[in-house]
Amino acid sequence: MSSMNMVQALNSAMDVMLTRDPDVLIFGEDVGYFGGVFRCTAGLQAKHGRRRVFDAPIAEGGIVAAAVGMGAYGLRPVVEIQFADYILPAFDQLVSEASRLRYRSGGEFTAPITVRSPCGGGIHGGQTHSQSPEALFTHISGLKTVMPSNPYDAKGLLIAAIEDNDPVIFLEPKRLYNGPFDGYHDRPLQPWAAHPAGEVPDDYYRIELGKAAIARAGEAVTVLTYGTMLHVSLAAVAECGIDAEVIDLRTLFPLDIETISASIRKTGRCVIVHEASRTSGFGAELGQSVQEQCFFHLEAPILRVTGWDTPYPHAQEWQYFPGPKRVVHALKRVMED
Amino acid sequence: MKTMLDLHVPEPPARPGEAPDFSAMQVPPAGVVPRPDIDAPASDLRELPFELIRVLDDEGRACGEWNPQLPADTLRRGLRAMLLTRTFDERMVRLQRQGKTSFYIKSTGEEAIGVAQALALNRDDMCFTSYRQQGLLVAREWPLVDLICQIFNNRKDRLKGRQLPILYSVREAGYFSMSGNVGSRFPHAVGWAMASAYKHDTKIASAWIGDGTTAEGDFHYALTFASVYRAPVILNVVNNQWAISTFQGIAGGNEAPFASRAIGYGLPGLRVDGNDFLAVHAATRWAAERARRNGGATLIELFTYRAAAHSTSDDPTKYRPQDEASAWPLGDPIERLKQHLIVLGEWSEAQHTALQAELEAEVQAAVKEAEQYGTLHSEDSDPQTMFEDVFESVPPHLQLQLEELRSIGS
Repeated sequence: MSSMNMVQALNSAMDVMLTRDPDVLIFGEDVGYFGGVFRCTAGLQAKHGRRRVFDAPIAEGGIVAAAVGMGAYGLRPVVEIQFADYILPAFDQLVSEASRLRYRSGGEFTAPITVRSPCGGGIHGGQTHSQSPEALFTHISGLKTVMPSNPYDAKGLLIAAIEDNDPVIFLEPKRLYNGPFDGYHDRPLQPWAAHPAGEVPDDYYRIELGKAAIARAGEAVTVLTYGTMLHVSLAAVAECGIDAEVIDLRTLFPLDIETISASIRKTGRCVIVHEASRTSGFGAELGQSVQEQCFFHLEAPILRVTGWDTPYPHAQEWQYFPGPKRVVHALKRVMED
Repeated sequence: MKTMLDLHVPEPPARPGEAPDFSAMQVPPAGVVPRPDIDAPASDLRELPFELIRVLDDEGRACGEWNPQLPADTLRRGLRAMLLTRTFDERMVRLQRQGKTSFYIKSTGEEAIGVAQALALNRDDMCFTSYRQQGLLVAREWPLVDLICQIFNNRKDRLKGRQLPILYSVREAGYFSMSGNVGSRFPHAVGWAMASAYKHDTKIASAWIGDGTTAEGDFHYALTFASVYRAPVILNVVNNQWAISTFQGIAGGNEAPFASRAIGYGLPGLRVDGNDFLAVHAATRWAAERARRNGGATLIELFTYRAAAHSTSDDPTKYRPQDEASAWPLGDPIERLKQHLIVLGEWSEAQHTALQAELEAEVQAAVKEAEQYGTLHSEDSDPQTMFEDVFESVPPHLQLQLEELRSIGS
């Protein structure tokens, strides 16, 4: 075991997989010699060689397309899209090719690729370095979408994603890279070293895709969340003293509907928290799934705490970011109904 | 005085009701373009994209350094595969008109491309095709019955009815899964070739894109990655002059030949008479040999003419002169190879007529067999196949959706 932040845990996952499987290779913008703008691939080229960890042209569509071709050959490429905001030039390759290849070829060709990309705000990144595009991918049949909330999960989920025989979109909340950010931007940063999930095994382990985690057990209300908002939600729960059960989805698709349903059948109340904007966000899918599965157990309307339906602003970042205050407000409201 | 700006929108030389006009097209004599050494640096080859590599002259003789010197048996094999492709295409369109399938795309006039390239490549080189390279599968002797079953979406369709007719996938014959997004597989070939190089394999990849689709970003991605990583891949632009109703000038073909796009990427670019079986074979062999020696990618523009409609859903008389195909200065690929074999004393009109009858019978027999397994909508298909292969295994939510469909019906 070592104390790792999320960057180190992701780096360790890739290091382990490069060592275990000669068919794994890694490429993306600035990931080679330099080790990535967030340092997630630092040292991997020096250790595993330039043929296995290398820089790519600034062409997200080309990066994903090359990965699809490699996957069809039989490799397991792991590519980095430098910011999730830049993934859109690759959208056609992900939607029309990676996600459809197995289906349209009757299983003759597959795309066992992993697309890593930092997402989310809270880093003064403005509109083009802050977005959370997960709902664009959960809507696409044939893609799996993952978002870890801590170093331990990040490593185990990334290994499972790399070993998965289907394409996986692996979104990394960049505000969590260096510590479990709870939304209080004016307080000192907490390091992962002080958090139990910052203790990470050095060797291989997997966390299966499609399994949520109960981050805090409780009886009064269920909070469905993932990524940075997990820590914001936990802070809000601690602050208001409501006995909430907080579920970290970890994988958005496939969705662990059993864990969600079991919790809401118990609590009868549900608050959904995500950083992405509200309309047609993943919370809409969650709310409808809960309604279908648990309608007669619900004692109050399902509430959502999300980013506003605006572009992600720069100067107004903390008015956009759904902080603990808004989560507390929703928890109190859902308990009043 | 200030110059008033004006917007330029290119127009093809002739529209319906006008006489076909290819007067702007330069057709050099066969045999005049020198064949560079396979290892020549791309920087020495910058004139090549502006030439037109031709081997067969108007009398059917093979001329010049690009003559691939193929044995007569290979030429006859090529002729047979081209004729079989055309016969197959004609028959499939008739079946579409009879309602046995929904859609078809013929490769008429472009048969030399798929067939000559199949014969110049190894069978396990992976081909990432666009429309109209069905000659590859015919030349690789993939069973016609299997193709027709896909076209009919019947119970022996290996793609389980999921794909529009002709969007084949034949891994065993080195034929990558096709898609209606015509450009998006062009860079896959580069990724596949990079993987082959990474694994120290000997196989190369080959990709095809139409003149119109070169305008997509995928074309630029493919050339960039192929150049940067020296991928063992052949990147073909099939310039058949028409992208549905859009002439090649709208993709920028009037300003510079598509082959010359290679120069900016530091790749060799070859511009080839696409209706000349020998020229297509020779250029492909040159590029393939270069790729196999770690010399990297070559861009080949195959200069041809789409003699047929875009598809069975298209009527080209609405946008181009009706007799434009017959006025095409580079002739018909089958007629030209046939004439060459006759000049060589290796073929005759009588043999050709007999071959035509034999191939029609072969296609007829394949259709008959495929029809036994059903035609489009002739049988109810099992809805389960709709839910399979979305992922490696069927996830619970898709299992539930299948049960919902089964219990309620559609």
